[in-house]
Amino acid sequence: MRCFIGVDLGSTTTKAIVMDENLNVLGRGITNSRSNYDTACRVARYEALINTRFTLFHQGLSKLPGLHGRIEDFLADLERSFRLEQFLEQLADLEATCQSNAKGDRFKGREKAIREALEAIFVRLREEAPALFAPDAKRKSDFFRDIAGSRFMAISQEVATASGLSYDLLLNVYDKAIIDVENRPPAEEMRDKFLRALARVTASSAAIKSMTDQVSVLVRDALEIPLEDTYLVGTGYGRVTLPFSKEHIRSEILCHGLGAHMMYPDTRTVLDIGGQDTKAIQVDASGIVENFQMNDRCAAGCGRYLGYIADEMNMGLHELGPMAMKATRTVRINSTCTVFAGAELRDRLALGEKREDILAGLHRAIILRAMSIISRSGGVRDQFTFTGGVAKNEAAVKELRQLIKENYGDRVININSESIYTGALGAAAFARRAVEN
Amino acid sequence: MTTTAEIISRCQDLFDDLHFTYAREWKAAAPGRKVVGFMPFYVPRELIHAAGALPLGVLGGGDQLEVIHGDAYYQSYICRIPRSTVELGVTGRLDFVDGMLFPSICDVIRNLSGMWKVMFPKVKSRYFDVPQNYRDDVGGAFYVNELKELKEMLEEMTGRAVSDDALRASIAIYNESRRLTREVYAFRAKQPWKAPSADVYLLMRAGQTLAVEEHNRLMKEYLAAAAAEDRPKRDNSRVVVTGVFCEQPPLNLIKSIELAGCYIVDDDFMLVNRWEKSDVAVEGDPLKNLADAYLHNSNNTSAKYEPSEAKKGLYLVEAVKSTNAEGVIFACPSFCDPALLERPMLQHVLAAHNIPYIAFKYAENSGQMQPIREQAGTFADSIKLWSNQ
Amino acid sequence: MSAQPVAEAVKELSMLKQKEMIAGNYELLATAKEKGRKVVSTFVPGNLNELMMCFDVVNNLPEINAIQNAMRKKSGAFIMEAEKRGHSEDVCTYVKADLGSIAKGNLGPDGRPLPDPDLLLLSYTGCFTFMKWFELLREQYKCETAMLHVPYEGDGHASKNMRDYVVKQIKEEVIPKLERVSGVKFDIDRLREYLKESSKTEQDFVWVLESAKNKPSPIDAYFGGVYYIGPIFTAFRGTADATEYYRLLRAEIAERVAKKQFPVTPDGEAHEERYRLVVEGPPNWTSFRDFWKMFYEEGAVVVASSYTKVGGIYDQGFRHDPDHPLESLAEYCLGCYTNRNLPARIGLLEKYMNDYEADGLLVNSIKSCNSFSAGQLLMLREIERRTGKPAAFIETDLVDPRYFSPANVKNRLESYFQMIEQKRQGAKAPASAAE
Repeated sequence: MRCFIGVDLGSTTTKAIVMDENLNVLGRGITNSRSNYDTACRVARYEALINTRFTLFHQGLSKLPGLHGRIEDFLADLERSFRLEQFLEQLADLEATCQSNAKGDRFKGREKAIREALEAIFVRLREEAPALFAPDAKRKSDFFRDIAGSRFMAISQEVATASGLSYDLLLNVYDKAIIDVENRPPAEEMRDKFLRALARVTASSAAIKSMTDQVSVLVRDALEIPLEDTYLVGTGYGRVTLPFSKEHIRSEILCHGLGAHMMYPDTRTVLDIGGQDTKAIQVDASGIVENFQMNDRCAAGCGRYLGYIADEMNMGLHELGPMAMKATRTVRINSTCTVFAGAELRDRLALGEKREDILAGLHRAIILRAMSIISRSGGVRDQFTFTGGVAKNEAAVKELRQLIKENYGDRVININSESIYTGALGAAAFARRAVEN
Repeated sequence: MTTTAEIISRCQDLFDDLHFTYAREWKAAAPGRKVVGFMPFYVPRELIHAAGALPLGVLGGGDQLEVIHGDAYYQSYICRIPRSTVELGVTGRLDFVDGMLFPSICDVIRNLSGMWKVMFPKVKSRYFDVPQNYRDDVGGAFYVNELKELKEMLEEMTGRAVSDDALRASIAIYNESRRLTREVYAFRAKQPWKAPSADVYLLMRAGQTLAVEEHNRLMKEYLAAAAAEDRPKRDNSRVVVTGVFCEQPPLNLIKSIELAGCYIVDDDFMLVNRWEKSDVAVEGDPLKNLADAYLHNSNNTSAKYEPSEAKKGLYLVEAVKSTNAEGVIFACPSFCDPALLERPMLQHVLAAHNIPYIAFKYAENSGQMQPIREQAGTFADSIKLWSNQ
Repeated sequence: MSAQPVAEAVKELSMLKQKEMIAGNYELLATAKEKGRKVVSTFVPGNLNELMMCFDVVNNLPEINAIQNAMRKKSGAFIMEAEKRGHSEDVCTYVKADLGSIAKGNLGPDGRPLPDPDLLLLSYTGCFTFMKWFELLREQYKCETAMLHVPYEGDGHASKNMRDYVVKQIKEEVIPKLERVSGVKFDIDRLREYLKESSKTEQDFVWVLESAKNKPSPIDAYFGGVYYIGPIFTAFRGTADATEYYRLLRAEIAERVAKKQFPVTPDGEAHEERYRLVVEGPPNWTSFRDFWKMFYEEGAVVVASSYTKVGGIYDQGFRHDPDHPLESLAEYCLGCYTNRNLPARIGLLEKYMNDYEADGLLVNSIKSCNSFSAGQLLMLREIERRTGKPAAFIETDLVDPRYFSPANVKNRLESYFQMIEQKRQGAKAPASAAE
């Protein structure tokens, strides 16, 4: 099967999309960008290919009439099992790395103690791992660093106390090792991991009881479908040296424009408010960029602005929108500068303004900034697509709808929960276009 | 007998009205009436008046106007007044204005004159260039022709000739306007507690919209009412505010300076109101008289070249001395070339005359007054503490 | 630098000549005091070099000094020095680089101190900041200043009133001051001779600019153009040296045209011409080479630019006229690019887009130059509308390195080039698998 891959290297996260030759999305992958872009790219791609396999599994299993309504549950079990296999693999790497790092002057005289402590820690990590991937397990994050890190810290505290070793020492070993582990490209072979996961799941999955054999066969068949790496296009912020050759790179603006077009073929104006920059893009009927403006020098009006406000108000980023929605009056915040927004915020609080009202004003300020950039790019044409993290903020969306209505009239406004993949989607589409036959 | 509160309330209404209802009604009141907008720093309003048109000062959109479309025309490192002016234009708030004059104050406003031609082709837009050479036979000759061209433009717009007599009559009325303006400023300088600067400011802003005859009456009323009202005298420091000759600060900024302990005893808001230092001659050739007044009897500001190094900046020293001010506040709009490039030279001259000063920047829509209050307050205190050095 | 020896050897002649001329002028400046020659500072727009030559004074151009400092990566420190001394972050960086340089000994590119001016010839043309710049220098040097107010062409053309005014000022203000400062009496015939020489130069200069109409263009009319405008905009217009330079340059370029060669770049001859662009706005000087590279490594060639008209527009018919010397000087001043109104600038750029068969317009918006920058967004949209060609917008500065972000600029440029490319492909073949 011919696969066209798009990779979007962002400053915080790296995304990948796998597409078939009919422009259908087969798989999506996302990972944190970390310090090694080459690895980030490979991990994202890898994740997208895993996701692709699941799509193929789904297609295959749909052929079994008896499995209707239970495919999702089974695949969820299989995925958890697969993630567990991945986790165990990385855990083994982490253990080996920790052990090899725990040598040298710093650890003189205590090598044996540390070796044993680490062994004990990792035994327990391996033991509890399946529970981390149980059906109802709650996790704040899916990234290895976050999961392994928090568990390592908790367990090593107990082990340190028990063994008389310093907790800091153990943590130090971990800190040095995790970066190496994280930056090592994944062992990309997935087939065996899938098979191990499949074996574990067919034994226990309630969803497929009585059909285990047919399911196994169909899953194995789907695993055998060759995924041909036909073409890859990468994109990402200019300052990153993208790990691709020139023909395989498209600007992030073009990818973003085309990606929005893939999601909404009738879109003509696209606004992306990212963490660090804001882009306003005008596209034509085939998704090609006609005009664009960027705010890339200044954080005002970008996601970072909200992050700063959240810190100032001692709130979680996700709590800002809901609180702003409770506003009962308009407070005009004139500082578009992130640096001074905090000062203006404190000023207003001191004057007795309510937090909800101030927050509503701050949300309006961000959107006003975005409106400036949009108007410079050519205004809001029908249909308008809003992407980026800020698009998930209901208060920001409310202000945007209002300002668009007031200044440009009625426009269809598209917001997609998967909009973080817009750039990668466009890149994949460019990959497809690059291969004409 | 009206109170200052009533007068200023009327002025506040005019100031807040970004749809310029007064000017619209003035125009609709009689057939063939025309309105000519103008930007800071100086235009010969009497010429517009003599043509039967209403001169309308356009000083940007202020802090109550959100700029959405205007930002499509300007990069972020350009001041706010042109973008809010463009906003006023594209949102139709100036759709009744027949002509726009853009004085030679800086490159941004200069270029805006050309933009206006492209954006509003039906409006008669003109860049109004004042002479930087002060010889009658050189700069004067040039300027008289500039005035002639402006006159011709107005005649074309209104469909009637502007006679010399009409122009002389208009000069007389504006002489009166300038006298009254100087009187208001003198009153404030003498008894600043009786004329809060925010009030004086609004009174002057009203003059940018109202027909001059009406404004003259208003100023007379204000003087009478202000003199009659008793207000507590405060132990404030007396300051001259400079740099505010184009993009206007929010009203709150002016209030903040006074709240912080300063009396503003002179300023360069709306220079056009007091541009000529004394009456323009009414006998003889009126265009020549206007030119003479410009060349030899007008005030100074950054956009006006100072031919003598020895005299550079002395206008500010003069303003301080004549109003018994104790210090100068440089309030410059962000990105303002005329104000910011001039500032170091003026500061050197003030230092040479032992006049203390502070400086800060603002924008038309600045929202934070706390730093202003702090700086102005500290300045006021320091003046009092060290005024005997 | 790897370069084809034959092509380079021919090009070297004009470059060498220019280097000689520039070094020569800095030599004159460095030794002016000891040799008893007077120094007059003036501006590139409205540079009355022929008139100044009549008084045997040495022409000093603070704008050029600022550029020299920027290309040698010294301007950043000078600007910060000026800001320390109270100059605002918001104002023109040429001014700050100059004032900062003066504070640090005012050394020329050859390391020797530049002389204090004996006269500041304030040709107030096309830029408000000029007035303040020379008022600041006057404060510094306490020297004579001559104001030449060149009215702005608000209605898109020079009027008789404007020309008469400029001529009168030259007669009544500029010439008397030049005479007083130099001790040389004005001889109008001398001026005529110099103007005659200038008009010869102008002829070849225009030929050079218009060579970019060829496909491929033998020159880059923005980055390369910066070198070609040197002699005619600075201390050499009206000299036999300048005439010789342009004669050489024209011959070199004629040969490039005959051989269908691409423009010369710092990395040798360019490899291809994929995008023909018109550029509006001055270049960035502190990252000049890096900036240029972002163009030629993508196959982008600038075929016409507005910056190469900042010191005078010669490709629309104007020539210095020895038969009407003072009027001619007035017309020259009035016609400088930044003294033209916005509609005229739009018209000129549109003409360039058509005459030079450009694929698009690029606006390089300079943070500290309001004269160029205010209104560029409107210009950009107007030209897109009139020509149907795409335009792009980047933001940098003249000589403040803090305002050139290579990543941002490259990002926008690459997106723009890819945009043009995609449009071309879309125009050639109907949409493929997409719809």
